[in-house]
Amino acid sequence: MKIEIRSGRVIDPGHRIDREMSLYIDAGKVAALEEAPRGWRPDRVLDAKAMVVCPGLIDASARLREPGLEHKATLESEMAAALAGGVTSLACPPDTDPPLDEPGLVEMLKHRARSLNGAHVYPIGALTVGLKGETLTEMGELNEAGCVAFSQADAALGDTQVLLRALQYAATFGYPVWLRPQDAALSRGGVAHDGEVATRLGLPPIPSFAETIALDEIFELVRATGVRVHLARLSTHQGVARVRQAKREGLPISCDVAIHHVHLCDIDIGWYDAHCHVVPPLRGTRDRDALRAGLADGTIDLICSDHAPVDDDAKQLPFAESEAGATGLELLLPLTLKWAQEQRLPLVDALARITVAPARVLGLKAGHLGVATDADVCVFDPQAHWRVEPGELKSQGKNTPFHGLELVGRVRWTLVAGQVVHER
Amino acid sequence: MIATLPDAETVLGRLADKMRDAIAFDAKLVGIYSGGAWLAERLARMLPGDHPVGYIDVSFYRDDYAERGLRPNPATTALPFEVGASRIVLIDDVLYTGRSVRAAINELFDYGRPQAIELAVLIDRGGRELPIEATYVGERLAVARDASIVLERRADGKLELTLEDAQDTSRA
Amino acid sequence: MHNPQLNAEGELTHLLTLEGLPPEVIGRILDTAVPFVSIAEREVKKVPLLRGKTVFNLFFESSTRTRTTFEIAAKRLSADVINLNIGVSSTSKGETLLDTIDNLAAMNADMFVVRHAESGAPHLIAQHLSASGKSHIHVVNAGDGRHGHPTQGLLDLFTIRHYKRDFRALAVAIVGDVLHSRVARSLIHGLTTLGTAEVRVIGPKTLLPTAVESLGVRVFHRMQEGLDGCDVVVMLRLQNERMRGSLLPSAGEYFKHYGLTPEKLRLAKPDAIVMHPGPMNRGVEIDSAVADGSHSVILPQVTFGIAVRMAVMSIVAGN
Repeated sequence: MKIEIRSGRVIDPGHRIDREMSLYIDAGKVAALEEAPRGWRPDRVLDAKAMVVCPGLIDASARLREPGLEHKATLESEMAAALAGGVTSLACPPDTDPPLDEPGLVEMLKHRARSLNGAHVYPIGALTVGLKGETLTEMGELNEAGCVAFSQADAALGDTQVLLRALQYAATFGYPVWLRPQDAALSRGGVAHDGEVATRLGLPPIPSFAETIALDEIFELVRATGVRVHLARLSTHQGVARVRQAKREGLPISCDVAIHHVHLCDIDIGWYDAHCHVVPPLRGTRDRDALRAGLADGTIDLICSDHAPVDDDAKQLPFAESEAGATGLELLLPLTLKWAQEQRLPLVDALARITVAPARVLGLKAGHLGVATDADVCVFDPQAHWRVEPGELKSQGKNTPFHGLELVGRVRWTLVAGQVVHER
Repeated sequence: MIATLPDAETVLGRLADKMRDAIAFDAKLVGIYSGGAWLAERLARMLPGDHPVGYIDVSFYRDDYAERGLRPNPATTALPFEVGASRIVLIDDVLYTGRSVRAAINELFDYGRPQAIELAVLIDRGGRELPIEATYVGERLAVARDASIVLERRADGKLELTLEDAQDTSRA
Repeated sequence: MHNPQLNAEGELTHLLTLEGLPPEVIGRILDTAVPFVSIAEREVKKVPLLRGKTVFNLFFESSTRTRTTFEIAAKRLSADVINLNIGVSSTSKGETLLDTIDNLAAMNADMFVVRHAESGAPHLIAQHLSASGKSHIHVVNAGDGRHGHPTQGLLDLFTIRHYKRDFRALAVAIVGDVLHSRVARSLIHGLTTLGTAEVRVIGPKTLLPTAVESLGVRVFHRMQEGLDGCDVVVMLRLQNERMRGSLLPSAGEYFKHYGLTPEKLRLAKPDAIVMHPGPMNRGVEIDSAVADGSHSVILPQVTFGIAVRMAVMSIVAGN
């Protein structure tokens, strides 16, 4: 199938390209840029005038809820959500039911995903069996089945001895480990950032040092084992400072932030809006500003959606009883654009955080638009105004703290392997 | 429709005259806040004999709670005597629909069973919506429906009648 | 931020928290409570304001005292009262909080008095009622988690006003487990709104919440400093769980440092009043000599509590 994406503003952060030109796709790959191949007769032309053409987005953390949690979401609905959001590759955490601790489960998930002809799914395998933090999983087998990294998702791994062994083992084979920097005991029972807002609302707190103590511990273990660690979901300004320091030291670490932490803080909880119940919690304005600055200067490598569909029943509860999580696949792009505009960051740098940077951390060849690469492309209208109506989201999860917000930037076409898989 | 209002002090004098030889020697004067309360105080001094004075706030017995909610700042009903078996003269400034008086009577009955209740009002403006009549009336006036007669007490204690636009908080 | 307690006309239609209530609204509630105090003293203690209305006491967290005072208050307003101790029954059967609310709303409820172990439950209920077209049902918060106990805050304000008149001249000390106390939070909001000269909290670091100063209070860790020159001393109840949660070593040590004894009370003004939301742990936070002594207004607080709740219910139900 020959597809021409005509006269769009092509932004390819990987090659630092940002100019108007056409893109030529043939047989699932990028055949040419700017100049049509000889004898070019397209089967389909997408008029991308005034649109931005960029690599398909890569979301480093999106929960698809399969296997096991189908009442919250299914692969079908979440795949539709991903494509509507311009996401062509995503990594999913291992906290399914059962957790992704066996190669069979991983293979089944990958098989299911492939059969849907949607985004590429890269599972992150469980670091310990059942995510219980006691025995190691067969990382070699899981890696062969397709796991790109190993993690505990949000489950605590309190036993430092076990954590050390797990990291040593992973380091032996060069497997990256993704860790949430949150001390289990200090965050036990907590649901909101320990500060003025939690005090006023009477919500059990999670102090900032629950994150920094965990970071310090992780850095020591990295120094001891040489394992490559990706820190999942930074939330404090002290955390950003420590990561900056650790990178200067040369530790093999990377880190990310969830898109909602880029925009919101604890004050947005208002009168107990459970859509703002996320982990790690929304913190103070100083923390949010530090996360934004950290993203801009590269201390924080990438933005993910941390997509977590939660059924309505589990959100319509008093805040501390509600289930944490926000839906976000369809909002990752416009919210990233909003940050870029507020931060006065060039689009090519902002889009890097959701294309080439996650590709690098995940070890994927995707995330850029060079000739002969797989044609995973996102074409979006950077001027389209729209309102976040939860009921209209394709995801089964309607739980977003951005409900009712006016956003700018909407996906027009999404292509995976040279096929148009979403259009509006 | 009246052009000017009568002088409140003069009308009070007339009312006292009518009550003087008619009320029971042991009658208790109960004024409905706030106009009736001022009148009760004055009448107690103007009438011979010793008539104990009480004050009643009808905010909790009004029949318009569902439409208007609770009036702000209700006063405290103070009846420093036994209501049971008493002869009471209920006193109000303006008798109009009769609803305030109905509320006051209901409230009095929650204090005890009076032997008899009479009603004394400074002004009767007609427009009754309940079968209630005053025993003693200072003066009868015809007033437009959209107008409200209000009794005021000046700093020197002198009572005055004024005409205002009927508002939501119009007294019945 | 839209105040969910006020209706479109800006009138109080729910009582969820004292935060954000203008001083005039608080003043009006206190003024309205005054005549209700004398109603309690006459033979027929009822007024017909809420006749024909149904008040549901929804206690997801059990409390006989608070529930009883709300029941008395509602009955004295001539309302029909239904008590529901939901703690163990329907939620354990899997019925959600909002399902329970929907079922009761369908039974022509006029008012829900709600106590819940989690902060924010009454707000959730009020918001849900509004979203499901039942905004005529009024919600009164009888205590949610550690967030608020607004009727207690109001009756505490009423008590202080009764004995001390002008808040602007007062130093008020709140002693004890502020961290877990909804009573303390509500009272602090009420006191600061009414312009209290100085609001102090006294307790060990383990029992004071982060950034408590942002509520408008001065922090003390020693009774000797904190009580100095106080007009009002409010003692908070210390729950036994606090010892188990490694927040405190023992009740004995707590009493030594933070218990109110006649000696410590002497540091306050000679005419200081002593308050306690109840129930008291004698010998833990308060010495019997003080609880039963001449400074104590703990029993009047209970009487005022019924009048204040009658005022709250009759104001919101009328809007």
